[in-house]
Amino acid sequence: MTITLAGIGYRYADTSKPALIDVDLELGEGEVVGLAGPSEAGKTTLCLVLSGLAPRTVGGQIRGSLTLDGEDVDSWPMHRLSQRIGIAFQNPSTQLSQVTDTVFEEVAFGPMNLGLPRDEVISRTWAALSALRIDALVERDPRRLSGGQQQLVALAGLLAMRPAHLVLDEPTAQLDPAGTQLIGDAIERLAAGGASILIAEQKTDLLASICSRLVVLNGGRVVLSGPAAEVLADPSLDGLGVAAPSPVRLRRAAEAAGANDARLAEALTGD
Amino acid sequence: MTPAWLRRSPVTELRTDALTHRYVDGDISALDGVDLEITAGERLAIIGQNGSGKTTLVRHLNGLLRPTEGRVIIDGTDASRLTVAQLASRVGLAFQDPDRQIFAGSVRSEVEFGPRNLGRSGTDLEDAVDAALEASGLGGEDETNPYDLGQSRRKLLALASVLSMRTPVLVLDEPTTGQDARGVERVRDVIEAVAAEGRTVIAISHDMRFVAETFERVIVLRGGRVILDGSTSQIFAPEAWDALTSTHLEPPLAAVIGQRLELGSTPTDASLIRALGHEGFPRVG
Repeated sequence: MTITLAGIGYRYADTSKPALIDVDLELGEGEVVGLAGPSEAGKTTLCLVLSGLAPRTVGGQIRGSLTLDGEDVDSWPMHRLSQRIGIAFQNPSTQLSQVTDTVFEEVAFGPMNLGLPRDEVISRTWAALSALRIDALVERDPRRLSGGQQQLVALAGLLAMRPAHLVLDEPTAQLDPAGTQLIGDAIERLAAGGASILIAEQKTDLLASICSRLVVLNGGRVVLSGPAAEVLADPSLDGLGVAAPSPVRLRRAAEAAGANDARLAEALTGD
Repeated sequence: MTPAWLRRSPVTELRTDALTHRYVDGDISALDGVDLEITAGERLAIIGQNGSGKTTLVRHLNGLLRPTEGRVIIDGTDASRLTVAQLASRVGLAFQDPDRQIFAGSVRSEVEFGPRNLGRSGTDLEDAVDAALEASGLGGEDETNPYDLGQSRRKLLALASVLSMRTPVLVLDEPTTGQDARGVERVRDVIEAVAAEGRTVIAISHDMRFVAETFERVIVLRGGRVILDGSTSQIFAPEAWDALTSTHLEPPLAAVIGQRLELGSTPTDASLIRALGHEGFPRVG
């Protein structure tokens, strides 16, 4: 289960400046790749292209190629693509179906539309609900939950579809630290099952814990790419407006204070 | 220099008195007897799990929600006796989701809307709008359609449109969500500038590092009740961790390291490095 982007350029309708320029990206089977970069670097656009929504739904002009498991999917319509790639956005209120009255129905909505047998839909729905610890909310109206709870419901719906490819655009933006951790765990489980996953995030602590590789965008171009730990320790991240993970920032702050502290170094081992 | 609006409007004190809220569709109390006293000029963070009642609480402070039981008292007056306009001139609230707030066709008219409704006009209005746009990093975007801005800048626009009202109390619901490192820095600068003018800032946040570095007081909500209320250094001190973890929160890394090294409460990188004996450490962003 792989995704390959080659030489992708993309321009939104009615704009002169390209949003993506010459982006190459490969997601291997079972691989979690992080996407970082400052605001408006093109992260969301890349998520839209990778999921096929740009240009199919969003419009605009694209060049380069998108390949899923070796198949060129250029001519695929959205409904065919969306059975293979799941996408989640940072704003949950745009993702809820708005046609269901309970959290259970909302989470079951996706797998039901895959045409799965009833028992399978029910067991997948419960599994996704308990993985994100929202089983207590099953009877609630999804429209009346808090922002963070809605985000968990939207993600549970996506997990229940068990997509082979997954694109997540700041999925934890409104989540508390525990919810963020649960999403991280769910991503790792999906990847262990072979899914290829791209996750755009500002939370570099989360990227550090779940990604094998990291790609950094700036001005629509890939400016850094490599093993996650190396990219996250790259001193040029600061200048790009990307916060280094907490342990890296703490070490740097100590160095800047001339505190070459052995106790600190030891206490940070493993973080 | 104290701006004219601050000299005109007295500092505002907020109090909640056994504040309870139940939404119509359930028997669950979103807020359950919250007693709070917020002194003018405080920088207060509200933290807690998703669904713990944070947003419900702050929506009572400017009258968007009315208590099921209990009271909100603003400058000694029960908020239920204040008009929408009186509330709006005291407490400005920036929503978690900017798209529920933004409706104007240009950035400038969006930011003008609030202060215009409060009766400002002429250069007074112009200055308030210019300052708010500048502080939010949107200077020069006056004529831009809000929906041509990316999500993170729409969020800063929602902040600007509340800033321009120059209310004595500013309430921000998850202001750093979706912001990159520079955006977080900008939000912090705005909060510090507002607090330096003697105004109150109340913010909901899930970013413990941001909370530790920006606020002097923290309250922790669980199931609609206040379970902790204290200074930032008290809330992230090892003694409070049991209560924090009971609601699935964890202290910032600096606090964890400080505890491992038995240095007391060190919620920020700067306080940890000071506790290690390196004095004169500059404030870190």
